[in-house]
Amino acid sequence: MDLFASSNVPFDWYIYLSLALFAIGVCGVLMRRNAIVMFMSIELMLNSVNLLLVAYSAYTGKISGMVYVFFVMVVAAAEVAVGLALLVSIYRNIQSVDIDKLKSLKW
Amino acid sequence: MYSVLYLIVCFFTIAGHYVMLNAHFLAIVHIIVYAGAIMVLFLYVIMMLNLNRETEPHKPALLKLASVISGGALFLILLASTKSGISISGAADAEMGTVQSVGKVLFTDYVFPFEITSVLFIAAMVGAVVLAKKEMN
Repeated sequence: MDLFASSNVPFDWYIYLSLALFAIGVCGVLMRRNAIVMFMSIELMLNSVNLLLVAYSAYTGKISGMVYVFFVMVVAAAEVAVGLALLVSIYRNIQSVDIDKLKSLKW
Repeated sequence: MYSVLYLIVCFFTIAGHYVMLNAHFLAIVHIIVYAGAIMVLFLYVIMMLNLNRETEPHKPALLKLASVISGGALFLILLASTKSGISISGAADAEMGTVQSVGKVLFTDYVFPFEITSVLFIAAMVGAVVLAKKEMN
């Protein structure tokens, strides 16, 4: 277990990694029009925040961060279930997942 | 849609980071929830929707460039905001992320949010079924 001990990884590197993951997720949301890919980018952003929370809690020794990550995972799972169901019903109506075609609220 | 498979690989590497950070319980939960549930859901939806390369919508190149620039600018701003130095104190012990320690905190200090999440899951499940169901009339 001590083989993977993280004490020799600088804490800054975790910050940089999760910032990079978050920026990639933001780019993915802005760049694509496919709603499924946008959902996956949102998942990536949630995961980057999770990684930062776990890193903070591991380096400060406070265990509450890990519990928060657990709740974030729960909310992400619920969000994906509802979001994909929405996508299926949208696809049934307009035969596409292109978000630019969803204009019926915009008159 | 190879992006789903690559995203699964990315989630496995994040689980590896959790193991490195002594969060073994979270690593297992992460693999089960993400690789086991969420990405399978994504794959099923992609399979059901019958998407292919021809119908894939694309934004114009100018918008893609603008999105990359704005994402990169966000990254630089976040980087600059953390560059001034984050001091953390405290020490981690090796027994920190085990099932026992996380479960003890989860079922004592956070037991009420934990019960609320079950209500949230029921609501999400019922909502997903209602949304994805075919209209009867």
